[in-house]
Amino acid sequence: MTAGVSIAKVTQRYGTALALDGVSLDIAAGEFVVLLGPSGCGKTTLLNIIGGFAEPSEGRVLIGGRDMTGVAPKNRPTTTVFQDYALFPHMTLAENVAFGLRMRGIGRMAREAKANDMLALVGLGGRGAFRPHELSGGQRQRVALARALAVEPDVLLLDEPLGALDLKLRRAMQDELKDIQRRVGTTFVHVTHDQEEAMAIADRIVVMNGGRIEDEGPPQQVYLRPRTLFSAAFMGEINRIPVKDGVSRLGVLGVPDGCLCIRPEAISERGSLRLGPCRVEETTFFGTYLRARVSPVRAPDLRLVVHLPQRSAPEVGTVLDLGAETHVVLEA
Amino acid sequence: MRVLSWVYLAAAYAFVFLPVVVLVAFSFQDGRLPVPPFQGVTLDWYAAVLGDRDLVAALVNSAMVATVSSLVALVLGFLAAHALARVRLPGTMLLRGMLIAPMTVSYLIIALGLLALFNQMGVRLSLWTAGIGHVVINLPLCFAISYAAMGDHQKSAERAARDLGAPEWKVLFLVSAPMLAAPLAAAFFLSVTFSWDEFIIAFLLTRFDVTLPVEIWSMLKSGLSPATNAVGSLVFLVSVTLVVVLEIFVFRRVK
Amino acid sequence: MGWGLVAPALLWTLAFFVLPFAAMIALSFAHMEGRDVVRGFDPGNYVRIFTDWTMLKALLNSLEITAIVTVISVLLAYPLAAIIAFRVPARWQRLALLLAVLPFWTSYVVRSYSWLLVLGQNGVVNKALLGLGLIAEPLEIASTRVATVIGFVHFFVMLLTLTIYANLIQLSPNYARAAADLGAGRWATFRHVILPLTLPGVMTGAFLTFVLCIGDYITPQILGGNNELTLPQLIMLQLGRSGNFPLASALSVVLMAVVTVAYFACSRWLRLDRV
Repeated sequence: MTAGVSIAKVTQRYGTALALDGVSLDIAAGEFVVLLGPSGCGKTTLLNIIGGFAEPSEGRVLIGGRDMTGVAPKNRPTTTVFQDYALFPHMTLAENVAFGLRMRGIGRMAREAKANDMLALVGLGGRGAFRPHELSGGQRQRVALARALAVEPDVLLLDEPLGALDLKLRRAMQDELKDIQRRVGTTFVHVTHDQEEAMAIADRIVVMNGGRIEDEGPPQQVYLRPRTLFSAAFMGEINRIPVKDGVSRLGVLGVPDGCLCIRPEAISERGSLRLGPCRVEETTFFGTYLRARVSPVRAPDLRLVVHLPQRSAPEVGTVLDLGAETHVVLEA
Repeated sequence: MRVLSWVYLAAAYAFVFLPVVVLVAFSFQDGRLPVPPFQGVTLDWYAAVLGDRDLVAALVNSAMVATVSSLVALVLGFLAAHALARVRLPGTMLLRGMLIAPMTVSYLIIALGLLALFNQMGVRLSLWTAGIGHVVINLPLCFAISYAAMGDHQKSAERAARDLGAPEWKVLFLVSAPMLAAPLAAAFFLSVTFSWDEFIIAFLLTRFDVTLPVEIWSMLKSGLSPATNAVGSLVFLVSVTLVVVLEIFVFRRVK
Repeated sequence: MGWGLVAPALLWTLAFFVLPFAAMIALSFAHMEGRDVVRGFDPGNYVRIFTDWTMLKALLNSLEITAIVTVISVLLAYPLAAIIAFRVPARWQRLALLLAVLPFWTSYVVRSYSWLLVLGQNGVVNKALLGLGLIAEPLEIASTRVATVIGFVHFFVMLLTLTIYANLIQLSPNYARAAADLGAGRWATFRHVILPLTLPGVMTGAFLTFVLCIGDYITPQILGGNNELTLPQLIMLQLGRSGNFPLASALSVVLMAVVTVAYFACSRWLRLDRV
């Protein structure tokens, strides 16, 4: 029902291009891991290697302790939810969901019962006789999920499964995906480039860039205490202030040398790391907060982005005395 | 499994190329019959063919009929596709069906029908009557290709042109046609090759001036001869050159 | 505006396709008196077609040859298209396809003639087999149905390879991957997923093959000879030697009817507007 995945020093070359560069990662059984990164970072390549659609140039993958080298996709304890869903258009939903069971030689009655259960699990109970083209994008996504889960894989691989959905539906599906994962207990490996989606569903986020793992950890850790500048910037908007020999453009701040990174929402008038007086240049109302661009009086050409409470309404030109509540210093 | 695939591929190529190789090889036959044994290489048959007035005349006729009939088919097909792709007319489906219909009818039947009509109306058979038949078979092709090529992108560019004050005929010739240059060229050249190679319509609807396939047909009646091989090889050479040129300059852009 | 643009194509189709067809149907109900055509409403031509064994045999020959050719061509072309689409590396596929259909561009009349050189009594095949000592007497292939079928299959394998290939590569590769992922082997993936998804394209190609094959005069005339007539050969014979235009017209109407029946028989799979 569920198994861990161990990726050991996996390298993938396409000609001279390096898609994956010595990636190692251990995923625990039942964990919900999200591979996050921009397109071309190697996340989909890694997913394909776990699923058996590509053999790595170097390194190996173990699932449940078993070496998967040379094992075809159909013999792996993994199934995949594809980005375009790849539902078979000439089959009904029930036939789609039962396809894997049929390939395993399971009798018609048992197949149909299981297919109906799986469709019910994803909220499409009783729709087994429909065909894929009769469904909305979100419903197709659910069928793809039911089809992949019907064969009770140890590991479920999801390749940007929510990418084709509109924003509102995507947020709703995230909750549902998380919920289904808890119920079935299967290990989920999910690929996305949407950091909000990653934070919403992941037990652990793995940030990838240029074929390497940049950062990994629970959402809170990756967001608040990123290990690299790339990871910090990819997870959300960030203010960067270079510090050299203990001095920055804002004077002595009492932080080590490097790049001082502060999230816009960590800046307020109360923050303990004092940034000094800043002039409000522009404000925009964003609903849950007021986004302000400010320039420190001590360094007028530096721009900082600050999220102020939604009810505050400072005039442009107002000078606020600001400080940061949390920050990290990263290698520049 | 993998080895079997390559064996199959090789066998398929051998089957497909066998007659062409034999055709070309025996066009150089230094003897009276284009069959084994091979008696040595000569270019005499090519000289004979290129010096044959009837053949050269038929070749010129074919080129003319192909060019003119394809141009007519392209213009008619493009205009109809342009109209049916954007203006909502009653019975659009029916019109489309009717314009496509000749594609599903044997050339022989089209030729026989035209022959019946021309006989009844007392029209004398000539290259023109054959050309009319070739427009009938190529019009559906030009229409279908033009119609398929007209997407939303095309429509919004045309709307923009109208919005900027272009009259309809200018929209047609300054926006629509240039945007579809590649598919239109593809349709034109496909029509040219179909017309160029068409036999039965040209055979039944011409009288004194004939096209190349009809002339070759009359050569065949006098039995096997390396001269026929030479004509066939020449036609093949010209067609393949045309295809390669098109592949490089036109079709690659259609994709 | 819309009508103005459709009108030329529409009028052309009406004048030179619909009207001639009507003229032909009208003519099919005429009959011959000596060398003169007598118009009227005489179904005699149709009665003759379905009672005269020569006529009926020609229709059956055409149907048999066309059916054999269509089936063999599809069976040979599908694997070829699949190998080019799935085995040949992507950057070589266009070249492989171009090569596979290159003889398409030989002149149509010459193509059948070339097969005559290959299959004839003194042809390449017989000379090779005699030389190898595999046969004692030359095989009689030319002027038989076998030669006609080979000539047709040669042409239609190329045509079908093109259409089936186009169908195969437009399938998302994820269909095959999803099937494999769910436990299907190569054969199961083909049978349950790839074949059903390409069936409309295959049927469209098969229908085109049927239409082009059953209406063709040149190939059976050059390769099959006059031993066994097909419907188009019979039509041309009536037109030429006997000068019986009404009977030729009636035979053409029958030919047209056969194609129409074939169209409706496989219309649920056909997508002609998407060829």
